[in-house]
Amino acid sequence: MATEVCRPAAARTAAPRPAPRRRLPLGRWALDAVVLGSFAIVILVPAGALAHQVLAGGWRPFAEALAAAEVRHAFGLTLAITALASIINTLFGVAFALVLVRQRFWGRALTDGLVDMPFAVSPVVAGLMLVVLYGPEGWLGRGLEGAGIRVIYAMPGMVLATMFVTLPFIVREVVPVLLELGTDQIEVAYTLGASRWQTFWRVTLPLIRWGLAYGVTLTIARSLGEFGALLVVSGDLIDDTQTATLYIHDGIESFQPDRAYAASLVLAGLSFGLLVGMDRIRARLAVRDGVQE
Amino acid sequence: MAMRVENLSKRFGSFQAVDDVSLAVPAGELAVVLGPSGSGKSTLLRIIAGLEAADSGTVELTGEDVTDLPVQCRGVGFVFQHYALFRHMTVGRNIAFGLEVQKLPRAEIRARVAELLELIQMTGYADRYPSQLSGGQRQRVALAPRPKVLLLDEPFGALDAKVREELRAWLRRLHDEVHVTSLFVTHDQEEAFEVAGQVIVLNKGRVEQMGPPQQLYELPASPFVAAFLGSVNVLHGRRLDGQTILGDGMLAPACHDGPDGQAVVYIRPHEFEVTRRLNGRTSWPARVLQVDPLGGLVRLDVLLRDGAKVRAQVSRERRSELNIQVGDEIYVVPRQCKVFGDRAANS
Repeated sequence: MATEVCRPAAARTAAPRPAPRRRLPLGRWALDAVVLGSFAIVILVPAGALAHQVLAGGWRPFAEALAAAEVRHAFGLTLAITALASIINTLFGVAFALVLVRQRFWGRALTDGLVDMPFAVSPVVAGLMLVVLYGPEGWLGRGLEGAGIRVIYAMPGMVLATMFVTLPFIVREVVPVLLELGTDQIEVAYTLGASRWQTFWRVTLPLIRWGLAYGVTLTIARSLGEFGALLVVSGDLIDDTQTATLYIHDGIESFQPDRAYAASLVLAGLSFGLLVGMDRIRARLAVRDGVQE
Repeated sequence: MAMRVENLSKRFGSFQAVDDVSLAVPAGELAVVLGPSGSGKSTLLRIIAGLEAADSGTVELTGEDVTDLPVQCRGVGFVFQHYALFRHMTVGRNIAFGLEVQKLPRAEIRARVAELLELIQMTGYADRYPSQLSGGQRQRVALAPRPKVLLLDEPFGALDAKVREELRAWLRRLHDEVHVTSLFVTHDQEEAFEVAGQVIVLNKGRVEQMGPPQQLYELPASPFVAAFLGSVNVLHGRRLDGQTILGDGMLAPACHDGPDGQAVVYIRPHEFEVTRRLNGRTSWPARVLQVDPLGGLVRLDVLLRDGAKVRAQVSRERRSELNIQVGDEIYVVPRQCKVFGDRAANS
């Protein structure tokens, strides 16, 4: 067998032997260094730079920048939208996953593919789609305006936009778990006399809960950071429809970077907290598949 | 009749899974539906349970027409091949599930669970999870609840041979004690015979034959049943004037009935007697091709004069007595056989 590493005996003795080198471990070490280095450059260093930028002047300017009413409102709005969008998408996502897995209907494969559309479509385009539909001149918007319901440039539109971009997360996490679950346990529950609701609550839900939790975490993380669709849909009205991300954007645009930096750090901190949360859930998923259930 | 099915049919698209099946199981009996994969036996079972709806026909359980009754209300126990216990619940909670769903009082549930655990000989396992149990133990837990009717879908298929054997014996004992009407589905003929009071052979969605296992073995009604139940030698020949004639003029007087014309003859390995000398009975000369000792029995593959290969079976003692070796010229004497008209050749 002659490969790069295993050279036949003849070749080995014929060629002048170089000074003995431990080639393999060195190569691997170099690879690790390159990978970790890229990670540092792309993620850690910028984050560190941001933190330094904000806190270089001490805590006071940081606290002041965050004290402004617009900032409070912006974060409050972000959290409200995130909460609403996450809750609605959780309920809808689970129901949708169940239908996708359990029912046979015409166009199922197509629907399955379309679930990923929010990943493929730019959030800005998504926002525009909503404006076209729900805007004052839009197909549905016209009727809703008449009934006194404003969607675009208001909360409902922003929640819709956030729901759109986070739709796939829960569906994509729950579907594989449901598929792996199969129908046996469900059918056993039926034969034992459990109604569909009892079965869902006592059998299906407990078995999908970790996949679901992971999907919800992804949804929340994504909602916090949504920008493009909200920019289009909200109108970016300060103290009204301006979320944290829009506030940061505004800060940069209006040449008041300090506000932007401060808010950015808070948002980054929130995201980091979520990352840790996600990690914990992932660890729980691994344990769960091992010993307990 | 605790379980009765009449003219049941079910089609999936263009595939007829169950084709006009009727059967009846008396109360307290353990019947087995035996058939190859794709014969529709699982579908039949699921229709009886209510997990599938038949296209036509009726299902009756303990005298009540349940054809339109949802699965929850039928009171059937269903045991799956891959022991579908609730993974996220302990053994105790698993057994309690059916009782909790009926909203029985807590104390009663506790008592029942203890009772059932003892019945399946697993007292003390209440707090274990299914993943901590062996396959055999899981099936025991799945069999714990006492339904009116028990349906088992190849429940031992996913277990290894020794465990299968033990569980079969255990199921038979359990059934003798408790007498739940049971319908057991399998493709394993040996399993069917060991466990069943009555066997229903299913092929391509149709019932081929029904009856006690031994009857099916000795008096198969069709070539399919003859070939499916245990190993069998298939020889082609013809019937003329009450005689069965095989290749090279060999006669088979042991084969009694059968229509005139081309015929197919079925002889089981143990229905051959093996001798070294002619002694007045119809004997077929054969050369031993292979000798396979299988514990107490020895399997002999022999070549007949007309080129047909046949398998015979003798006891270990007989083999040593005659000192049968590969290459020996011996005689095989067919003592029993079954003849069917060769439909393909005659049509």
